[in-house]
Order: sequence, then structure tokens, then C-alpha cells
Amino acid sequence: MTKAKAVSADELVRYYRDMLLIRRFEERAGQLYGMGLIGGFCHLYIGQEAVVVGMQSVVEEGDQVITGYRDHGHMLACGMDPKEIMAELTGRAGGSSKGKGGSMHMFSRAAGFYGGHGIVGAQVSLGAGLAFANRYRDNGRVSLTYFGDGAANQGQVYESFNMASLWKLPVVFIVENNQYAMGTSVQRSSSETHLFKRGVSFNIPGEEVDGMDVLAVREAGRKAVQRARSGKGPTLLEMKTYRYRGHSMSDPAKYRTREEVDEVRTQRDPIEHLKALLSEHLDDAALKDIDREIRAIVTEAAQFAQESPEPAPEELYTDVLAES
Amino acid sequence: MTQILMPALSPTMEEGNLAKWLIKVGDHVEPGQVIAEIETDKATMEVEAVDEGVVSEILVPAGSEGVKVNTPIAVLSENGAAASPPRRERARDAGPSAKATETKSPPPSPPPTEQQRPAPAPSPQGGGGLDPDIPAGTAMVKITVRDALRDAMAEEMRRDPDVFLMGEEVAQYQGAYKVSRDLLQEFGDRRVVDTPITEHGFAGLGVGAAMAGLKPIVEFMTWNFAMQAIDQIINSAAKTRYMSGGQLSAPVVFRGPNGAASRVAAQHSQDYSSWYAHVPGLIVIAPYDAADAKGLLKAAIRSPNPVVFLEHEMLYGQEFEIPDLPDYVLPIGKARIRREGQDVTITAHARMVGHALKAAEELAGEGIEAEVIDLRTLRPVDIDAVIESVKKTNRLVSVEEGWGPMGVGAEICARVVAEAFDYLDAPPTRVHQKDVPLPYAANLEALSLPQVADIVAAVKAVMYR
Repeated sequence: MTKAKAVSADELVRYYRDMLLIRRFEERAGQLYGMGLIGGFCHLYIGQEAVVVGMQSVVEEGDQVITGYRDHGHMLACGMDPKEIMAELTGRAGGSSKGKGGSMHMFSRAAGFYGGHGIVGAQVSLGAGLAFANRYRDNGRVSLTYFGDGAANQGQVYESFNMASLWKLPVVFIVENNQYAMGTSVQRSSSETHLFKRGVSFNIPGEEVDGMDVLAVREAGRKAVQRARSGKGPTLLEMKTYRYRGHSMSDPAKYRTREEVDEVRTQRDPIEHLKALLSEHLDDAALKDIDREIRAIVTEAAQFAQESPEPAPEELYTDVLAES
Repeated sequence: MTQILMPALSPTMEEGNLAKWLIKVGDHVEPGQVIAEIETDKATMEVEAVDEGVVSEILVPAGSEGVKVNTPIAVLSENGAAASPPRRERARDAGPSAKATETKSPPPSPPPTEQQRPAPAPSPQGGGGLDPDIPAGTAMVKITVRDALRDAMAEEMRRDPDVFLMGEEVAQYQGAYKVSRDLLQEFGDRRVVDTPITEHGFAGLGVGAAMAGLKPIVEFMTWNFAMQAIDQIINSAAKTRYMSGGQLSAPVVFRGPNGAASRVAAQHSQDYSSWYAHVPGLIVIAPYDAADAKGLLKAAIRSPNPVVFLEHEMLYGQEFEIPDLPDYVLPIGKARIRREGQDVTITAHARMVGHALKAAEELAGEGIEAEVIDLRTLRPVDIDAVIESVKKTNRLVSVEEGWGPMGVGAEICARVVAEAFDYLDAPPTRVHQKDVPLPYAANLEALSLPQVADIVAAVKAVMYR
């Protein structure tokens, strides 16, 4: 393996901006939910921003991303328009899925984002399928397949591990271990809590990564993507991370203490960590400028999401089947 | 100045108690900071600030009960400037502002009603509606259903490099039922892929490959095993196009033998016709003879939609005549009149078409001319063909191999009653498997499955003979 790549100031700024956008977007989504403008389930990514931003820093145009239902951060990191994402959350015509998918079901082939899947673990087989298509076409593309610590106990995850390793598919499996599957901690659900070891019997190398450190994620991701792209098959990266909010908006999060949450927030916050690194390069005024810029993007998205009309009644029957 | 509103913390929450403030007037608040605790009947939740600012006013004091969602509960100012003149409202007598949730903009559309017009049937793909004319002088050749299916796959794989076949024993073993015979030899192991025994996984993998633009044919050794994979077929394949607002489809064909085989008992003998035909976003095809097997499988592979293709093990070895044409593709969504008659309409699909034809022959001997309609496609079902026939015969018997309750026949009968009630001279009736898991013992198995005699009896019943 090559040496860890040095990071430039520009890169740090980009990661900071991307992570801050996710944080502010999610906070606003939480607020719109509170106002009754977002319905159903809404799973926020706050606390986990470094994972997806770090991984996106090592992919190339044409690589694919697929994840479960905690997907807003992934879509933003893939470059999907915040307005379309927020408008999908509010169920409006301007939403990325025209209001038919909602928080958990958004897609953008142009951005390389393949969903947005509501069934725990299903995206792992689908992500292996994206990788299968890459190998079939020999196109050099890599599939980044994300799932949570909860999904790590689903059978099809291991069915997919087996095939991906057997056929050396270009896929990186990323388990975002935020330590709680809804209300069940990893300790209470998993006989082997070091999830990066779950690939061992499939000959899939695994690595534990500090998912609160965007540079650690980037370095591990770089190696894993390189390995996949060079035809050596899948890698399993366990991102140790933490979600600050409940599992979904309606989760009171009584299975953990406030002290636990506060400790992560004050000691390990991925954005604060990056901000400290950035302070060597940027002064307070420049950081404030970024903050303002991000707030403007999020405000515009929230505005759009409230002003975009509900889908027309005729849309009820469209997009069920493709016309040939 | 920014108002902080009483948040809804679940889809159903309308009001809650403001248990505790964790901030006071003059405090600086950061986004994400926990500012209050709210109690509902279910739980205590924390409220986090979204905006940055200085608390200039607390509108609803701690301990207030029944605070309606969207009631302003505090005011933040950007830099601690004095807020607008205070107008304190206790939440429980908040009056007009308590109505906030009812007036939030924009109002939701009225819920769809039962009376709403039924969906315009999405036009099925695959052709203009009629079976292609077979040019005069076309030779008819005899071929088994097995080889017709094989030929359909081989022809489509030659035609489109994105088409590939995957499943258990499809390659080196040449297919558990030899449907994929010689495909490995012709196309190699890149396009004819042996999978581990891992239905859930490879079905999902196939759907993912289809989302990426390939055209997978996923063979299930039998549809019984596809129950392990039904989540991927329905939740991933059938629903993605709709959930993505039309951006992403999964053009995958799931195929394999469906229904009762011979003496393999309950877990290996089940008809999934109605299961899949229930699901919008899927195409469901269940052919009877070799020509339809070939023409419809070719159409299925070309379809931009996910297709459930239900074959029948007991038909694999049967020979039928098939037109010797280089590219025989049939329209999806069209029934075929297998036998014309004016006295009674019999609908059937897959193996039951053969039973229905035998019953019709027997009935002809007794002076009853039955019209036999082979549904061929179950979703979208060609109900127009059935109704046209019933308008002529005024009687209907539906036949299916699966269980009756909530089944294909239930749907056919309901549609005919709803759309052609005045043409009926007798209540429509159904022939189907008995309402038990399929037994192993030869005699019980025969009793359980629909037989020709059952169809004859049902026809006589609707003829009042």
C-alpha cells in the first residue's frame, strides 16, 4: 500500500463545507418535521457526516453509491440538489422522486446514487449487483455499499459477501456502526461486536476506522476503493461513528444516556475536529463565511420544499411501469 | 427574530407538555443545542435548536400542558436585540395560535376516494396488441416447452450483450431442468453464471445489476425457493420505478417452474400466480404452450420492467407446434382464445389451459361448446378478452392451479361481475386447488389439484345441466 496521501487546505475546506451542509440540512429537516411539513419516518445523519464525506473524497465519476434509509447525507455528498432532496422530504412535486418516494427512497443515476432503500440490508445485495454490472462491463467502476450495524445481522448481507468475494466484485462494503440499531446496541445484538471481522470467513479483509475523522475515513476508503478497482475484490470497512439524534424523529432515545451523547458531541464531533484542523488555514471570518453560505443553501432548500406544490393527482398513476 | 415552534416529534403527535426549559432569556443558543424537554403520552423527547441566536423571550413556561404543535414557544433574536413587544400566551389557552397545525401551508390534497377513476392501464409493451401474423407458408416445427424457453434465451442473448442468465445450476449442470442446456457452451461463464444456493442474495444482486442497466434473467430452480427472495422482487424490483419518480427501473426477468410438480408435496408445490399478480410494478406471465413460452419470454427479456415469468415443470417436456420464424415475439398483456365456443367461457393459464381444453372436448361430446381463453399474462390481465367472450356466452368458469381464496379466479369473476353483470345468465364459478397444503400421497394429491372432471362439473353447473 502506498503512503497516506497528504491533505491540502482546499481539500479540508471542501470536506468542511460538505459536512457542514449535511449537518445544517439535517437540522433544518428536523425542524420541518417538527412543523409537520415532513411526514412519516425521517432518519437524520447528524454525527455521521465524516463517513460519507470521507468516502466521497476517494471515488471517481461513474462510481456508485447505495445505502439504506438514513440517506440524506449520502445524497448531498453525491452532489444531488439540496432543494430536490428537501422537497422530496416534504412530499412535493419538485422532489427528487416527484414526492412519491419520501425520505427513504430517493435516487439519481446522474449523481451515481442508487438509493435510498427502506428494507434493512436489501441494499447490500443490490450494491453487490451494481458491482456485478461493473465487472460484467469491465468499466473500472466501484460500488460503495453502505449499511448500518443493524443490517449487519441480516442474512442477505452474508449471501452478498460470499458472492462478492467469490467473483471478486468491485465493491466496498461500508458498515456505519453508529452503535444502535434503533434501540438495540451492538452489544445486545451481535455475538461478534467487531463488525469489521464479519468478512473473515468470506476472505474479505476488514478494517476498523474512526468514522468521526474524515481523514481516517479518506485513507481507509482510498485503499479499499483502489483494491476494488484493481480487481482484488471487496473490502469491509467498519466506520465507528455515532448518531446524535434518535433512530428516527419519533425515537425518544431512552436506551442511552444524555451524558453518552454529550460526550461524543463535545469530544469527538467530526465537524469540530475538522474545524480545528482548518483553523491553521482559515481565520474565523472565513469560517463564518462558509457557515453563512451553507445556511443560505439550506434556507433556499427549505423555502423551495415548502413552496413547491404537492404532486398533481394525475401523478398517482405514472411511473408504475416503463413504456417500451 | 426567529420563533421557535412547538415541534411534532412523531407523525401523529398533535400536542404535548413542555416539561422543562434548558435555556433562559439571554442565553446564546447554538444549532443542535438541546433547549427543552417535551413530554407526550408516549415519551419524553428533547428539542434541539435549529438556528443560532440569543433567547429573547420564552413564550410558553415550563410545566405547560397540552401545547399544540406549531405554537410559538420561544423567540430567538440574532444578537440579543430586544424582541417585539411581549405578548405572552399560555399554551393551554393559546386560542388562535393553537390552530397552527390546522392551517399550516399548503393544505394537503384530499385523500383519494374509492370512487376515483381506476388507473388507466399502463400500456403493456411488446407490440401492438395482436399476435404477429404468421406469414403464409411458414413451417411449423415441433418443440418442447423446455427447448422453446432455451431458444428464447439464446436468441435474446445473441441479440443483446447486456442479457445474461444467473441462477443455481444454470451453467455447468446445464440447468436443474435442462432449460439452460448448451447456453454455457455458447455464451461462456461471464454470461451464464452459476450462483451459490442463495436466492435472497442473488435475486437482489440481479435487481442491482438491472438498476445499473443490465438485463438479467434470474432463474429460480423453482418459484418455491423464491419466497426467500420475495422482498427483493417486490420491494426492490417492482417499486423502485415508482419510488424514484420514473428515474430508475429494474428490467429483470425472474423465471422458473411454478405450481405443482409430481409428488414433491407442499413445500415444493405451490402456485404463486396470484401472489405476484397482486403487485403493481410487476409484469406477470404464465404461458401454456411452446410458442407462447418462446414468444413471451423474448418479450419479457426485452421489457423495460421487472417480469415474473411462471413456467410449469409438468409442461417442460410437452411438445407443441411452433412457427419456424427467426424472431417470434408476442405481445405482453394479451389473452389468446384457444378454442372458440358460444355456450360458456373458461379462463385458464399455464398447465390448466390443457385441462380446460380437454374438458371442452369432453363437453363438446355432450353438446356444450366452451370457449377457452388462455390468459397468458396475469398482470396486466386482458380482462377485455374475457368480457368480450362472456358477452357472447353469458357464462364463466375460471380455472387455476392455485388456491381459490383471493386468487386469480376471484379477480376474474369480480371484474366480470362488475363490468358485464347484465350479460351473465349464471353466477360465475371457480375451479381451483383445494384449500389445503398440497399432500404427498398420490390419491390425495390428485384430489387436491383441479382435474378435468372438476372443470366439466363446474361448466355443467353454470349451464344448469
